[in-house]
Amino acid sequence: MSAAPLVEFRNVTKRFGDGPLVLDRIAFAAQPGDFISLIGPSGCGKSTALRLLAGLSPVTGGELIVAGRTPDAAAADLAFVFQEPTLLPWLNVAHNIEVPQRLRGVPAETRAATTRRVLDLVRLGEKAAAFPRQLSGGQKMRVSIARALALAPKLLLLDEPFGALDEMTREHLNEELLAIREQAAWTAFFVTHSVAEAVFLSNRILVLAAQPGRIHREIAVPLPYPRTEETRLSREYLELVATVSRVLRSVEAAPGPDVSPPAA
Amino acid sequence: MSHPAFRILLPALAGALVLALWYGIHFYLTAEMRFLLPTPGAILDAFVEHRGALARATWNTAQGALLGFGLAIVVSFALAILLSLSSLVRTSLYPYLMALQMTPLPVLAPICVIWVGAGLNSVALLTFVIAFFPLVVNTTQGLISTDRNLVELFALYRASRWQQLFLLRVPSALPYFFTGLRIAATIAPIGAVVADMNAGSSAGGGGGLGFQAVIYSAQAKYPALFATAATTCLLGFVLNAAVLTLAWLTLRHWHDAYERRDR
Ligand SMILES: Nc1ncnc2c1ncn2[C@@H]1O[C@H](COP(=O)(O)OP(=O)(O)O)[C@@H](O)[C@H]1O
Ligand SMILES: [Mg+2]
Repeated sequence: MSAAPLVEFRNVTKRFGDGPLVLDRIAFAAQPGDFISLIGPSGCGKSTALRLLAGLSPVTGGELIVAGRTPDAAAADLAFVFQEPTLLPWLNVAHNIEVPQRLRGVPAETRAATTRRVLDLVRLGEKAAAFPRQLSGGQKMRVSIARALALAPKLLLLDEPFGALDEMTREHLNEELLAIREQAAWTAFFVTHSVAEAVFLSNRILVLAAQPGRIHREIAVPLPYPRTEETRLSREYLELVATVSRVLRSVEAAPGPDVSPPAA
Repeated sequence: MSHPAFRILLPALAGALVLALWYGIHFYLTAEMRFLLPTPGAILDAFVEHRGALARATWNTAQGALLGFGLAIVVSFALAILLSLSSLVRTSLYPYLMALQMTPLPVLAPICVIWVGAGLNSVALLTFVIAFFPLVVNTTQGLISTDRNLVELFALYRASRWQQLFLLRVPSALPYFFTGLRIAATIAPIGAVVADMNAGSSAGGGGGLGFQAVIYSAQAKYPALFATAATTCLLGFVLNAAVLTLAWLTLRHWHDAYERRDR
């Protein structure tokens, strides 16, 4: 790899208080432009890894570098899409999208222009004045994504953003997400429970094992971008889905070697 | 059921039934006992006859009620923000707020009179005391019940304490605030009338509806007494309607209670 990594986990460990080890010596580097999916049994620390990256929680051991700085110092470079759309119900769509920009002190005219642009990007231009409760689940999620994109992040963290949506909507949004990425090359960390989704979106998949959370295997996805509906029918895609499923099943069948934290 | 005609027809029917029962009881009573329940007609006549006194009294009571109510809103909002800061503050202060609420108005009234004198000041202060509690309790509850996911969102984008308070916690507390406001709007006019009876002053035509009720009762002007009761009731209705309208205007776009769904 020639370019400097955008994100570097250097033997990162995480533990909450004096609880058990949640993440154990994670070592991994993400290059600019990577689309990385994290997949693994529930409770293995996927969300925790994203929260560390966002600077919402400090690492316990090791070092985590984002854009050459600590996650806290790099906060302005990233955006987060949560599992829930987390929209403010009293604000309309446009004003919701402006919230993080307001918090960062972006001037009003810039905010308005940016908001119009990202709304068009997620094809919700005519919903700018609608309130969240008037939207479907898929539309709310698109607003949530637009809100993150409005910050022009270098790093986009997505924690099971499509987990609550039906299969059709999810596939549509997967394609939309990749199409949007063609225009602005952010690096993504994407947590999902769906193997098909992970393979379709990413160029690298990290399969995590639980208790303590650790990287079990990295699987490269050499399918070329842009990926479309056609991609889902290709043999390479289907074989990769089968491979990743097999690896995932093997970690889910065998929990960690050691449940209790090692003695200090 | 939801046909618009029913919405007018049913209350009208119920009203007619009540009127029939009313007249029935009135004429069932022996002539010398009929003063116990004047007819609606007699009450209307009393309204007209005493309109000047009633209007002045209503205005005086409304002033006290609105002043106290407004003060309660401002003070409870500030205090709710203070209380929402930490459970330590809440644990320390709640017992005293409770104590204030537990003391009956007629007992507080003479104390108020000592402090601020009889009349409008006392009526407003006592109305404040009674309207304040439901407001502060509900608003505080709202301020500490903010959706955790939204708090996380604000933390993620490094919102300041003020931004979190005014862009997130305060708006999301609005439905709770309005719940408190509706209770306060119901009890504020009642409080003002009771306060007027116990701490009001009729000097310079400053007497309110409570005062008027005492006078009509003493003068055995029973239809006028009933007319006073109806006026008090009307005042409560108007304040309630105002609050309901304000809540509707504020919350209709986003709060589930105002969502219209076809079945
Ligand atoms: N704030 C916290 N305090 C204590 N324990 C936590 C906290 N957040 C997560 N955990 C624990 O860390 C482990 C990993 O959680 P999480 O990262 O949410 O897993 P995943 O997203 O992979 O399902 C779980 O055992 C969870 O109980
Ligand atoms: Mg999770």
